[in-house]
Amino acid sequence: MQIALSVKNLTKKFGDFTAVNNISFDVEDGKFFSILGPSGCGKTTLLRMIAGFHKPTSGIIEIRGENVLEVEPNKRPVNLVFQNLALFPMMNVFENIAFGLRRRGEKGPEVDKKVNLMLERVGLPGYGGKQVNQLSGGQKQRIAIARALVLDPTVLLLDEPLGALDAKLREHMKVELKKLQVEVGTTFVYITHDQSEAMVMSDYVAVMNSGHFEQLDTPQNLYSNPASSFVAQFVGNNNKFLVGLKKDESGNFYATTPEGGEFLLSEPFDLEGQNTFEMYVRPEAMIINPKAGKEKINELNADVKAILFDGGNSRLLVVPENSKQELIVALPQNHQFDHIKAKDKIRVGWYPKSAVCFKKSEEKIYEEL
Amino acid sequence: MIRTLPNSKAYTAAYRLFIAVFFIFLFSPLLITMILAFNNSMFPSLPWKGFTLDWFFGRGPDKIGIFHDDSNLRSIFTSIRVAVAVSALSTLVGTMAAFLFEQEDFKFKQVFYFLMLAPLVIPGVILGISILLFTNAVGLFFEDKLGFDMKFLSPGYWLVVFGQFSFITTITTMTISARLKKFDRTLEEAAYNLGANKFEVLRFITLKYLRPSIVGAAAIAFLMSFENFNTTLFLVGSDQTLPINLYLQVRDGSTPVINAIAFLLITFTSIVAVANLYGGNKKDQA
Amino acid sequence: MKNSKPHKIRWSFIIFFTPVALWLFLLIVFPHLELLKMSFTGTDFYGKSGFTLENYGEFFKEPIYWRTFARTALYSIFVTFIVLVISLPVTFYITKIARVKSQGFLTILVLIPFWVSELIRVYGWMILLRESGVINRFLVKLGIFSVPHEMLYNDITMVMGLVYTSMLFMIVPIIGVMESLDDALIEAAYDLGAKKTTIWRKIIIPYVTPGIMSGSIIVFMLVLGSYLTPKLMGGKNALWFTEQIYNSMIIYFNWNQGAAFGFLLLLLSSLIIFVALKVTKQDFKEVVK
Repeated sequence: MQIALSVKNLTKKFGDFTAVNNISFDVEDGKFFSILGPSGCGKTTLLRMIAGFHKPTSGIIEIRGENVLEVEPNKRPVNLVFQNLALFPMMNVFENIAFGLRRRGEKGPEVDKKVNLMLERVGLPGYGGKQVNQLSGGQKQRIAIARALVLDPTVLLLDEPLGALDAKLREHMKVELKKLQVEVGTTFVYITHDQSEAMVMSDYVAVMNSGHFEQLDTPQNLYSNPASSFVAQFVGNNNKFLVGLKKDESGNFYATTPEGGEFLLSEPFDLEGQNTFEMYVRPEAMIINPKAGKEKINELNADVKAILFDGGNSRLLVVPENSKQELIVALPQNHQFDHIKAKDKIRVGWYPKSAVCFKKSEEKIYEEL
Repeated sequence: MIRTLPNSKAYTAAYRLFIAVFFIFLFSPLLITMILAFNNSMFPSLPWKGFTLDWFFGRGPDKIGIFHDDSNLRSIFTSIRVAVAVSALSTLVGTMAAFLFEQEDFKFKQVFYFLMLAPLVIPGVILGISILLFTNAVGLFFEDKLGFDMKFLSPGYWLVVFGQFSFITTITTMTISARLKKFDRTLEEAAYNLGANKFEVLRFITLKYLRPSIVGAAAIAFLMSFENFNTTLFLVGSDQTLPINLYLQVRDGSTPVINAIAFLLITFTSIVAVANLYGGNKKDQA
Repeated sequence: MKNSKPHKIRWSFIIFFTPVALWLFLLIVFPHLELLKMSFTGTDFYGKSGFTLENYGEFFKEPIYWRTFARTALYSIFVTFIVLVISLPVTFYITKIARVKSQGFLTILVLIPFWVSELIRVYGWMILLRESGVINRFLVKLGIFSVPHEMLYNDITMVMGLVYTSMLFMIVPIIGVMESLDDALIEAAYDLGAKKTTIWRKIIIPYVTPGIMSGSIIVFMLVLGSYLTPKLMGGKNALWFTEQIYNSMIIYFNWNQGAAFGFLLLLLSSLIIFVALKVTKQDFKEVVK
């Protein structure tokens, strides 16, 4: 596969502050590539360097193998869909989409044809004569994408374009956008702070934190094998335990909690140096009142503090015995657990391979979600 | 108190009366001036001696209407010439100043910004005399040292234009700045990203966005120039502008031809003002 | 993010800066420096010119000069206050009481005289008020006056004229601020038991203070620097300070004296505005917006 976009050792400093720190990655032609990170992680700066609005401090950006650092933003074969869309309010829909074509010197029926084709593509045929302020949020969205796509860019950059939409429409647009990308086959580089957007649409996701990539992987791998504490917390939901580690005679590793719990781990760890770790277990990996089976299962007793009913996404809020820490446990809606009430005592268990463990990082980890 | 809150009848009535008196106060001098333009009398006062259009079209010998009044016509023409120049210059420089203060960063920007605002708090009379003194000094300097006679530096057309320009540009700058402030600069980036060059971005995006405010500023500048008195008073030469010429006639007493001029001016400025307001509102929504 | 444009080309700055700098220096800064210089220049007995304090000395020696100066300053403050007192209820009516439909119309109605030249507005009053004027005629006809009275050429009429010609510069900025005052604030105060006077004192006036300040500054400036209205409507034996300047400059052709007077007027206006801003804790830049 041809490489559409290649970024090598890219760094951007604003004074003393390093916004983007030595990042390298390749995006293959036709892929949907997302950069996922909290606000302020440097993802917008990265995107703007690719578009040409920032000059990198060091590093190389190649598009289809050609270094574009010296190419002005208006000459680069990339187009950007802006966060606020930046549709021109002084022009109608047609003129917005035709703007880039006209700048290339295209005229007459050729422009009409391309614009109308593009309008059909984004599902808004016949909208050319409308004014921008007559459009709904989702329609503006599509026009902004059409305006960029009509120029047939090698890479389409999207800067959180769904951010301004309400939740329901955003869900809908995620699917629309993915379908559109598959249909046109253009390489998309999409940045967002919403992990669900990144997961649903992307072929590959890079999780970015304070200027560097924590992990670059498929959505599935990010979810099941997070490479760092940050990724474990930022992608999906997770329960966090502060633990110490120990190794028994037979070479098995255990996580020990201050309350005296001992939980088997599936992997070996390096026990040199400081012995504080963070263990993560996803709510949906937790089993309520597990039955003993062949495989060893970690268990703890807990009190149900509250039932957080949310349809298919319902959960239990539980507190382990002798502890103050709250845990979230997925509550499947298959009537198996209908008897559980607040203040009940239950057992919670998980397979050792469901837990991941990292050395405790000093870094302040982003909290939102 | 306000629309949604209950009020006593007496309070509402008293308030209405106050507003009515206010509007009578506001309009009675203008209306009476306009009405007396049609009075068939040699003096701009009552009694009403019948309707006439002589103060507009009269050819003399007693009643010379405005359209045959050479002195006033000449001053109107002078005022238009001044106003056109002031309006064009101050809109041009005002647009540049708006870009300078809204989009550029430079040393002493604050100082320049204050200087730009200063004409708002300098009485027009002071502006007039200081520009008179300065141009006179410069003119003398050129004449003494270089032997040039800098005609445009002595009281007359150009001095009036400079004097009015000096403070009207502050107004145009503020009018255009106010809109430029609201301009979303990502629109420029978007145009740039879509392949436009700097000139095209300016022409198709930024200036197009600013156009309503530029047109508005030009209209305001025209009107302000047309009616300026205080600054002009010290800079005017033998070509008198309309307000100066009218002043001399009002001071020394005159025929109702002034009312006819006032009638035309009020009608004209009202049309421009209303068009400006409606035009401005409509554009803002787009 | 700032500085988003790559390779910022400095010549765009040069293009914008040059005309603005020319304007500000050639037409504002240098002329006022010249004004200052001239005010300290005098011609001695032998016709040689040099530095002197004489022009300012003259101002303090001759009571007529500083009395005119004080009179102008005090009347300007007084007029500004009257204008404010009239403008507040008017703007409140237009923005909060009048039917929403008629608001735009009333605003335009208030703005129209604002666009008509000061001279014509004053002329209108002269037609109304003079001895042979319209009002006298009506009053005599109605039998209230037995003979016509001259109602022009006194201080009361002059103050009224100044109020009239400058009022709209107070109304416009206050309307701007008052429009954005949320009705809910007034409703909430009313609901919490506030009386009308309390609502005005605690809610409305504090909220519109920026508008009041910008209006007051403009009105004060206009009144202080006005020439036509005091000249045409004021008493014949008490001058306005701008008339004093005009007389020195144009009639007596004493430019140095005129420059000193002009500079004093400039000083006075800056001082009063400065004090007003300090007292109300407003920022000049915010106020003139």
